[in-house]
Amino acid sequence: MLNYIWIGLMLISLIVGAITGNLPAVTDAAIEYAATAVDIALGLIGIMAFWLGIMKIAEKGGIIRLLSRLIRPLARFLFPDIPKDHPAIGSIMMNVVANWLGLSNAATPLGLKAMEELQELNPDKETATNAQVIFLAINTASITIIPMTIIAIRTELGAANPFEIISTGIFASTVACITAVTAAKLLQRIPSIKKSNPLNKKNKAEANDDM
Amino acid sequence: MICNILASNGTVEKSAFLEFMQGFSTFAIPVILFVVLVLAIINKVKVYEVFVDGAKEGFNVAVRIIPYLVAILVAIGMFRASGAMGYLIKILSPVTSLIGMPAEALPVALMRPLSGSGTLGMVTELLKEHGPSSFIGRLTSTMFGSTETTFYVLAVYFGSVGIKRTRHAVAAGLIGDTAGLLAALFICHIVFG
Repeated sequence: MLNYIWIGLMLISLIVGAITGNLPAVTDAAIEYAATAVDIALGLIGIMAFWLGIMKIAEKGGIIRLLSRLIRPLARFLFPDIPKDHPAIGSIMMNVVANWLGLSNAATPLGLKAMEELQELNPDKETATNAQVIFLAINTASITIIPMTIIAIRTELGAANPFEIISTGIFASTVACITAVTAAKLLQRIPSIKKSNPLNKKNKAEANDDM
Repeated sequence: MICNILASNGTVEKSAFLEFMQGFSTFAIPVILFVVLVLAIINKVKVYEVFVDGAKEGFNVAVRIIPYLVAILVAIGMFRASGAMGYLIKILSPVTSLIGMPAEALPVALMRPLSGSGTLGMVTELLKEHGPSSFIGRLTSTMFGSTETTFYVLAVYFGSVGIKRTRHAVAAGLIGDTAGLLAALFICHIVFG
């Protein structure tokens, strides 16, 4: 699907750009955003190193295991493919909590750590497993309790009540999260998507099952 | 109902609430660090060695993300610069106005899954123009927090481990975005409408 979206965005940009006369702006944008992408990635190095270091300490100190146990029932339902008490569950929980608290600087490194642990359970390193898709869904539509950035801007612009959007935000982001996870769970049942699950391929080869 | 109470009481207890919120986010990270470190000491972890060991990976992870992020951001950047968004808005606005989406908020909704900074810029402009307490201001503020930038999250999270075949992840993410944006519209009409 990403192939189609990507080629679609590129071709539409070029065609519409030609019609509207924005073509020079389109090529400028390509060069500008390529540089921005590198800036963003390199900007992550320090904060990534910091949180990965802290996470390693948390892992050795036993917190990750503790957190894993705490959410075991929910984790079993969301990620049936992850073995019981696997560190990935603890990392996922750290990421989710950081997202809830609006600690976006911490949430990304913690999430990438969780993704890496999910990747260890993935026999095909280039194709996402069901667990990885569910985890991504949780992050593309994460529940936000305190949207700090927007509150800061509202305060700056002299809002009578900068916080009035917290309750509506919690409602909307919870709907988004539940819907995204449900969609991922339902989509993974579609035969062609089911077939492309790396874990499924492995099972098939082992059991010699034709489905 | 809880939303109504919060929205109306917010002004009354503003100072206490504000203090709590600010204190909360100021202390969340120190508290997390404290708990992690204390438990590490109890369990006799060699903290310095372990920290350095974990931190080593930071550079590799960041560098691994680059090609994925370039692919996604360039495509979105070109799309924004081409003016195609204007056409999309023209096509969609007759439909979205039927469900109570103000014309000013539609571009925000369409931009949300593509670009976080782009959406933030739009919302800031609308807040300046209409005021933070206007319906447009409240709605677009809610929309901004209702979901994440799907394509960015996809590039960073899957890119960091080298996943190219994303399967149903984009579809699930975009369905979630749509639900979140519609839920924002719905709840704002109820609470602020």
